[in-house]
Amino acid sequence: MFNKMISPRSSLLAMAAVVMLLPVTGFAAGAGAVLQPANNDLSNLPSLQRGARNFVNYCMGCHSAKYVRYNRLGADLSISDDQMINNLMFAAEKTTETMTVAMPADDAARWFGQAPPDLSLVARSLGTDHIYTFLRTFYVEEGSPTGANNLVLANASMPNVLWSLQGEQRLVVETDAEGHKNSRLELVSPGSLSPEEFDQFVRDIVNFLDYVGEPMQLERQRLGGWVIAFLLVFGVFAYLLKEEIWTDIEK
Amino acid sequence: MSSARSEAASGASRSSGLLDWIDARFPLSKMLKEHATEYYAAKNFNVWYVFGVLAMVVLIIQLLTGIFLTMSYKPSAEDAFASVEYIMRDVEWGWLIRYIHSTGASAFFIVVYLHMFRGMMYGSYKAPRELLWIIGMLIYLALMAEAFMGYLLPWGQMSYWGAQVIVSLFGAVPAVGDALVEWIRGDYFISDITLNRFFALHVIAVPLALVMLVVMHILALHETGSLGPDGIEIKQNKGPDGIPLDGVAFHPYLTSKDLVAIVVFLILFSAVVFFAPEMGGYFLEHANFEPANRLKTPEHIAPVWYFTPFYAILRAVPSKGLGALLMGLAIVALFLLPWLDRCKVKSIRYRGWIFKVALMLFAISFLALGYLGLQPATEPVFVYAARIFTALYFAFFLFMPVYTRLEKTKPVPERVVYHG
Amino acid sequence: MSDESGLSRRRFLTAATTVVGVTGAAFTAVPFVASWKPSARAKALGASIQVDISKLETGAMLRVEWRGRPVWVLRRSPEMLARMESSPADLSDPDSVESEQPSYAQNQTRSVQPEVLVVVGTCTHLGCAPIERFDVAPEDLGPDWAGGFYCPCHGSKFDLAGRVYAGVPAPTNLPIPPYRYIDDNLLIIGDDTGAAA
Repeated sequence: MFNKMISPRSSLLAMAAVVMLLPVTGFAAGAGAVLQPANNDLSNLPSLQRGARNFVNYCMGCHSAKYVRYNRLGADLSISDDQMINNLMFAAEKTTETMTVAMPADDAARWFGQAPPDLSLVARSLGTDHIYTFLRTFYVEEGSPTGANNLVLANASMPNVLWSLQGEQRLVVETDAEGHKNSRLELVSPGSLSPEEFDQFVRDIVNFLDYVGEPMQLERQRLGGWVIAFLLVFGVFAYLLKEEIWTDIEK
Repeated sequence: MSSARSEAASGASRSSGLLDWIDARFPLSKMLKEHATEYYAAKNFNVWYVFGVLAMVVLIIQLLTGIFLTMSYKPSAEDAFASVEYIMRDVEWGWLIRYIHSTGASAFFIVVYLHMFRGMMYGSYKAPRELLWIIGMLIYLALMAEAFMGYLLPWGQMSYWGAQVIVSLFGAVPAVGDALVEWIRGDYFISDITLNRFFALHVIAVPLALVMLVVMHILALHETGSLGPDGIEIKQNKGPDGIPLDGVAFHPYLTSKDLVAIVVFLILFSAVVFFAPEMGGYFLEHANFEPANRLKTPEHIAPVWYFTPFYAILRAVPSKGLGALLMGLAIVALFLLPWLDRCKVKSIRYRGWIFKVALMLFAISFLALGYLGLQPATEPVFVYAARIFTALYFAFFLFMPVYTRLEKTKPVPERVVYHG
Repeated sequence: MSDESGLSRRRFLTAATTVVGVTGAAFTAVPFVASWKPSARAKALGASIQVDISKLETGAMLRVEWRGRPVWVLRRSPEMLARMESSPADLSDPDSVESEQPSYAQNQTRSVQPEVLVVVGTCTHLGCAPIERFDVAPEDLGPDWAGGFYCPCHGSKFDLAGRVYAGVPAPTNLPIPPYRYIDDNLLIIGDDTGAAA
């Protein structure tokens, strides 16, 4: 029905051509590091549960996720109240509380130069690939305030809290035959996890942060399928009705 | 959506009593006749003619979701960001209501831009429809104000810095600029006070104006009549019964057609709401998930996509005053369209190649400027491209009185034509 | 459309489209209606509260707030309990049949532990806050007053278990909220999971 309606077809085609030139706005990547895909999977419940544990143990010393309620977390990630209270709620008394930290922002700002940001929405503002790459590209740099530097965020005020798991990386800069400088990270002393295990460890955190950024993501998509299916049915009836009514009209 | 005739026949005796009672006190039947069952429009409306009703649908969606959002939103610098997250997480279904509203903002501009382009193609602005076009342009202005002020409300980084940039533009007004900027903000920076007044304007003043303008737009349309893609006044060819030969009643013919369009639109709309509410950072910008911080400008500020053509024009000129002036003129020029176009033929179907090329170049410039407005201001290539397209944009209007007179038009048929 | 089959087809399609459309509208209304339910934050704030009664002296009363309502915790003395039993006032619902309380508090003292009364301090008449009058036979309340709560708005009277007197405007006894003891000194108001039914 629509093909006969599009009359100045050429203009529409031209518009479409220009629209297709639009790129998708990317997340800003700092310092020229190539972001590696996080490939996290929100439907992987064990990964999310591990991510929650990793987050509480390694991130929540400084970072809050102040819009996230423990009981919502429990319901969404299938964590019982007892597991929650014993394993995740070190900074809260009741499961209805949100994931705040005890560290006062003023103190934090004095210690780190800036207050560690709340991470409720970090996966939405920076993107999962950014966090994944950031957490894996710390390297030793003597003389820096934290003893480390980072490929994604140069001179990050955050220390490498995962170094005991990852081991120590150093920055290696090589000049190739054409004179281009290439930098890569080399693991100089292994950590308690193998590189594969460490990547998975970080991926779990990223997965958790992705969930935390938009807890209703999966529900939203599930519902969307039903809504569109319903509208398609409605559309069929509406179209048949329109065709029927328009039999009155001669062309 | 029911067939009015069969309804009236079957349930006449009971309902006519109530209807008569109402009609003696309020012109209900008269209005329904005038604006629906006996309002006639060209029967060969094509797909370009659905965007008016879609704009109306989006307006209703925005009003409804907006009302519900105000129930949980807090217009203060302290609480605004957190209250949006409260809506997204703690309010039952709050996320859906918010996503519908944020997607609706972009959808509004998509359908309104297409609606305006339709008007330009088929000469819907030409006499006697100048006022109809001007009311429409006022709607567009109100919509821009509404969108701009609404964008401040989440109090994210882009909200804050977007408002900062746009409000600063008023500083380009000679003599009173700085005082004006201060007056708009009500403070020395974009603050709680600014947010509070933008909220008031966004939820009360501008929507009220929008609704009134839309009513006026429809009244003006029904006064002059819908034109159709041939640019023929169907009222000039009436049958013996006084009904235009090429006309169909708005109800049930166009309502049934519009319903199909509405459902198709809702499918696309739902696809965005449920599967890509951020739309790759175009509908909800990534940086806006960070709370406003007036000490830290984001690395790259781009307005939301629907403002970018004008933003690109602003940046194309290396002078604050002139850039702001050109940006204003870019919108003013659209208002003048009915008087700039001197061609006697209305529809693009029967106009000469000159106008077709001009309109095409205009559309390409508008889209290109929209693209360039999203790009960082650092690349010289982009700056030069923006200047070229700005020139093209204005050339379309500036030379219109000339080239529309030179056009070699085709004869306009008496009766409407279906295009295969 | 003049023929009969065309008309019935049109009627059917009109009806079907209307039904589907109305169904869609009803589904669309659900999120908007449901958004008015208490939010997760309201539920969190309205969840149970913990009250430490270790420092609550005999004969003294503690006021706490639960779901925006005053909740009183009164540690009744043996004399108070004895007075309630020995000189029962003329009560309109002495066995709390018509009144609101968890089943474990539907007894003569209207409490889990006989001494400790936990009661919502809102008059069941029109929502005023009654005042505590633990003094016996004061001048203004008459010689029969054995101590209790008196509502200054419209003169409703309640005994030391929050039971309403006969012949006053308040229809039922003061409500008892759900509560349970964690231990002798710590009680949770608003949550009675696991409490003896």
